[in-house]
Amino acid sequence: MEYVDGNAMAGTLGELFGVEMTIAVGVCAACGNTGEVAALHVYNRAPGAVLRCPTCESVLMRVVRGPDRTWLDLSGLRTLQIPV
Amino acid sequence: MSFVSRGFRGRRRDDADADARTPPGQYLTDDFPVLSAGPTPHTPLDRWSFEIRGAGEPKVWTWDEFRALPTEKPTVDIHCVTRWSKLDTEWEGVSVDTLLAEAGEDAPFVVAFCDGGYTTNLALEDVTDGKAWVAFAFDGEPLDPEHGGPARLLVPHLYFWKSAKWVRGLQLRDDDEPGFWETNGYHNHGDPWQEQRYWGD
Amino acid sequence: MAGTAVLGRLTWQPAELVEAIDETSRARTLVFDVAEWMQHRAGQHLDVRLTAEDGYRAERSYSIASAPGEPLAITVERLDDGEVSPYLVDELRPGDRIELRGPVGGYFVWEPDRGGPIFLAAGGSGVVPLMSMARTRALEGADVPARLLYSARTLDEVIYREELERLATEQPELDVVYTLTRGQPEGWTGYARRVDGELLAETAWPAHESPLAYVCGPTSFVEAVAEGLVGLGYPPERVKTERFGATGGR
Repeated sequence: MEYVDGNAMAGTLGELFGVEMTIAVGVCAACGNTGEVAALHVYNRAPGAVLRCPTCESVLMRVVRGPDRTWLDLSGLRTLQIPV
Repeated sequence: MSFVSRGFRGRRRDDADADARTPPGQYLTDDFPVLSAGPTPHTPLDRWSFEIRGAGEPKVWTWDEFRALPTEKPTVDIHCVTRWSKLDTEWEGVSVDTLLAEAGEDAPFVVAFCDGGYTTNLALEDVTDGKAWVAFAFDGEPLDPEHGGPARLLVPHLYFWKSAKWVRGLQLRDDDEPGFWETNGYHNHGDPWQEQRYWGD
Repeated sequence: MAGTAVLGRLTWQPAELVEAIDETSRARTLVFDVAEWMQHRAGQHLDVRLTAEDGYRAERSYSIASAPGEPLAITVERLDDGEVSPYLVDELRPGDRIELRGPVGGYFVWEPDRGGPIFLAAGGSGVVPLMSMARTRALEGADVPARLLYSARTLDEVIYREELERLATEQPELDVVYTLTRGQPEGWTGYARRVDGELLAETAWPAHESPLAYVCGPTSFVEAVAEGLVGLGYPPERVKTERFGATGGR
């Protein structure tokens, strides 16, 4: 299964957070890899979007968009640094 | 408030007489879309095993032992929560009833666990009495890795995210433990005929 | 403007197709009129949402082809088994309306004040955001040295060919190099293979010139080129990447 990258989530995350998220920097809770959301491996041909660490492939974020709610799991990230 | 884009239909088929077999909100496809939450695992068969983990010692089958079990060839309709449905899909697999009987265990809930870390949870009654298989062939051919090969869970009466790809075993539990999608918005049960897609549906 | 991360009202808005331009047999540029559109930056993209009469919806992302200040345009390439691209390329007519969300994407962006030299590597329809950069450069920053390496299957599938040739002729600081991976016209003396380390070494700016690289296309193309550039000494943070799916759409 091929992935795309975090650029593909720019619209979804931008709409949720109200700030540009592809340049946000995340730290993988599993391996400590630090990098921009734009560089994450994104599997979005799925019931939801799964964003994985490009180094260890751990799940960093999951995004499920329902008709009137969005579910967001960021538990795979130790921290997310968002420029404002 | 959205509007309609003139002439847009997507990939859907027009198929009036299949309507009775199409759950609400679904459309029929002749394709077999590949959906995945992560990279395709490639466990060699000589390292593959299937386990039933319960209260006692796990019951483990190697690939050869698994393939020596009696098999069935169910033809079933499948329904993905992303809205496509595919009718009359042909599989071959070992019934979960067979596996549970050999393991000699039961419990009210199971969690299917898989290569790559995916999990999904099911009530025992959703995987017994001929409702579920561990399938290793599709359409007469060995199951493609893209579609979950060497073996996947097949539970066609529920949305297809419950038919976990690259399944490596079932964990029997006294309590229900929501899996990968169930913990992040998708319905705990997932009956397509009641359109149980998301939490609260 | 640079560094602004707070987005305006980013949500779906109606857009009307005002013009459609056939670029190749498979690609079409769509020019839209959107009531409230925030000016984008070269390299950004937008999301398209289509809704069928029964409420069925599909969304896809497309890079913006136009330069900031020009009428908003995207270029879409038809995927044979696509769900959205055949509609956008073959069906959508001027006067029709779709929904757009954007512009988005603060990472894969070039503005003239970022300087250069810039190395733009395009795999197929990955040329679209790079064309926005080339057009921006032509309008506002033509003294930034730029090279575009464009990998396409055949010459017929090269999008914007005439415009690229005109820009390259008019601007001595812009070089355009093609590699045609599946078929070449008779007498072709250019590259005729997938981009590899040797091809990159011959076409990319040397690392000591401190170039900025932008690589866009299918995932496998982007990874091969990005790895190749890092192998030539480009610092990873100066190689910006944008990956499509294997079939070219996102």
